[in-house]
Amino acid sequence: MSRVLVGVKRVIDYAVKIRVKPDHSGVVTDGVKHSMNPFCEIAVEEAVKLKEKKFIKEVVAVSCGPTQVTETIRTALAMGCDRGIHVEVSGKDYEAMGPLQISKIFAALAKKEEASLVILGKQAIDDDCNQTGQMTAALLDWPQGTFASEVTIDGEKVKVVREIDGGLETIKISMPAVLTADLRLNTPRYATLPNIMKAKKKKIANMKPADLGVDEPPTRLAGVKVETVDDLVAKLKANGTI
Amino acid sequence: CLSLSESTTHRIICTAHYTWGRNCSSAVMPRITSHYTIFPRDKDPRWEGVEMERFADEADVVIVGGGPAGLSAAIRLKQLAKEQEKELRVCLVEKASQIGAHTLSGACLEPSALNELFPDWKERGAPLNTPVTEDLFSILTEKYRIPVPMLPGLPMNNHGNYIVRLGHFVHWLGEQAEELGVEIYPGYAAAEVLFHEDGSVKGIATNDVGIAKDGSPKDVFERGMELHAKVTLFGEGCHGHLAKQLYRQFNLRENCEPQTYAIGLKELWVIDEKKWRPGRVEHSVGWPLNRNTYGGSFLYHLNEGEPLVALGFVVGLDYTNPYLSPFREFQRWKHHPFVAKTLEGGDRIAYGARALNEGGYQCLPKVTFPGGMLIGCSPGFMNVPKIKGTHTAMKSGMLAAEAIFPKVTAEDPASETAGLHIPEYEDNLKKSWIWKELYAVRNIRPSFHNYFGLYGGMIYTGVFYWILRGKEPWTLKHAGLDSAQLKPAKECTPIEYPKPDGKLSFDLLSSVALSGTNHEGDQPPHLTLKDDSIPVANNLAIYDGPEQRFCPAGVYEYVPLETGEGMRLQINAQNCVHCKTCDIKDPSQNINWVVPEGSGGPAYNGL
Repeated sequence: MSRVLVGVKRVIDYAVKIRVKPDHSGVVTDGVKHSMNPFCEIAVEEAVKLKEKKFIKEVVAVSCGPTQVTETIRTALAMGCDRGIHVEVSGKDYEAMGPLQISKIFAALAKKEEASLVILGKQAIDDDCNQTGQMTAALLDWPQGTFASEVTIDGEKVKVVREIDGGLETIKISMPAVLTADLRLNTPRYATLPNIMKAKKKKIANMKPADLGVDEPPTRLAGVKVETVDDLVAKLKANGTI
Repeated sequence: CLSLSESTTHRIICTAHYTWGRNCSSAVMPRITSHYTIFPRDKDPRWEGVEMERFADEADVVIVGGGPAGLSAAIRLKQLAKEQEKELRVCLVEKASQIGAHTLSGACLEPSALNELFPDWKERGAPLNTPVTEDLFSILTEKYRIPVPMLPGLPMNNHGNYIVRLGHFVHWLGEQAEELGVEIYPGYAAAEVLFHEDGSVKGIATNDVGIAKDGSPKDVFERGMELHAKVTLFGEGCHGHLAKQLYRQFNLRENCEPQTYAIGLKELWVIDEKKWRPGRVEHSVGWPLNRNTYGGSFLYHLNEGEPLVALGFVVGLDYTNPYLSPFREFQRWKHHPFVAKTLEGGDRIAYGARALNEGGYQCLPKVTFPGGMLIGCSPGFMNVPKIKGTHTAMKSGMLAAEAIFPKVTAEDPASETAGLHIPEYEDNLKKSWIWKELYAVRNIRPSFHNYFGLYGGMIYTGVFYWILRGKEPWTLKHAGLDSAQLKPAKECTPIEYPKPDGKLSFDLLSSVALSGTNHEGDQPPHLTLKDDSIPVANNLAIYDGPEQRFCPAGVYEYVPLETGEGMRLQINAQNCVHCKTCDIKDPSQNINWVVPEGSGGPAYNGL
């Protein structure tokens, strides 16, 4: 039973001008137009295409965040995913969350759902981290095909053409694997209104990171500024790092 | 060569125009328009064999437009359904990506309609956070300010009203509507009116997606969806594109004057806390406009936590000088000492623009027709001297709902036409406070059409409105179509606008960026031209291309041709903020604004 997990992130729309909050604690998100991360759209499209070509049976869309992310999952469902999973994280926890926690969540879900593939966007346009796919693969000890511009399934293996600095690289990896979508992988389809209406009937399961055995992200400690390199070395020696 | 499609009555130009380039002077003009409303697809070889069948669904009532009117109508319908324990499917489509993203207004809300709709609006958390505490009115000269007393009884007196961020208020209305079970679909624009065989309105179809810029189908092409209803409400706001078609189809404007409009431009600023006076309302007339150009400014101090002011400038679109740029008038007004002192040291965080109605009572069309009705600013219930239209828009939506409800839930609607014709809505309007209000102020705006312009109008208001409350037995007429008011460029003097200083005043493109507007680039421009050759031949030749100046988003640019002599019109459709000014003010009436792919347009946040 071939199942694909697709990660979708709700981000501030790329055309909106970002404003820093007056208290400098972050950016203004209230009431601001959000949409699905463009690379996540491409990931969803690829998963749905694989299902249409009958390589896989089910596509599950996953998103981590507050209640609003269900809108993003709904769009993925309208594009052709079969069901959704909303991992609820809100408030300060959501602001502190980063690729490491997300990858832990995805790794746990991939095992739980017995997924053959995890397809993610290569990076999110709000933080440009480009880490979640790679970390997820490492946690699962699965092969990874990142910056994919072409994906072909060949029996138990996946042929991935990757966009790299020097041009294109073709690799063949065995499943289960993690893939991350790059720009030229495909052109995402529109989520049409009849599909949005049908998507309202598709299931979105709700859970918390704790349900998957993932801890809350550690509180971020303040950093320290030093004046000279000697100070830096002294501080690092003092706290046992070197 | 006229299209005989039953579902559209756009004037379609003969497909002889469907050639690449038209010879004009010594050079070949590149084609601008490729939209299927001008070049029908059934005659286009690139569309042969493409599946054009649409998925259709049925609702009891379909509402076009998620603004105050549309949402109030939806809410009222569901409230009645709940009271009387009846089932009712209400679907609302909205072209913005989220409810409130295309909403722009001053705004001073008169809570009269809200009190009727939700008497418990405060408990429900309606974002009316700023009661008006101070009301100032000024006549500005270039350097000075003449205060005008805001006597109670004058239409602009704001006692009891709230300064709101209308986008947030509309968003809240959307949440209330969803809670009541209204199906709201943001991101889907109503692109076409559908008709029954008997000519009554059957519903609407949403926009197609996946058409390339040259009008050909892309791989991701998908047809829009049809939503059928017993009655369809059109609440597209000022100068809606479907309403424009319905006026012609059902002859709704035969007994009223043509609508007249203004353009309103708005910015949000975070100012220095020391200058912040929450609850203060400031209006001005005069500088920088001359006495014969209708317009003025507003500046409202909000009270929502941070020192935020909403400010803007309105210019009547019956202005005569083609060199006038409403955007640049707005920018230079901010340099007036009285305004600059509030804004100095502040930061601009938002920008937007929208056309608004100025016609009032004289310009109200018939609002009901078989299968549908018009609500809100679309027919135009704005009280111009009060500068408020939200309360009347909401009330019109509520009255429409109350007239519709018994008909759509009746066992046997006993209707002559397949789409229900419900003239009771119009009767209810005429008996309501909307009508009384609009009648009382009907002569104020037209009174500006005299030699003394602004001053004549103010004297008229003082005498006839303040004293007589509009009971004078005559009704003044407006000047006619706004698009016919421009004088040829050679009869007018160009206006010397100051360069933006980057602190108080800004250039157009950085302003447009702040509106967050965007559209899918690879789609036919939605600013369609009935005839591609007219902009250069008429607009540029006679009026020096006024669209370059009245568009608040820099959509229209006259650029030199790549080869040969002469200019061509370049349409930057992606910048469009959906204000509708071009469709209104184009002296050739050649521009027909149609709806682009849903989700496109501005991303206003509480504007």
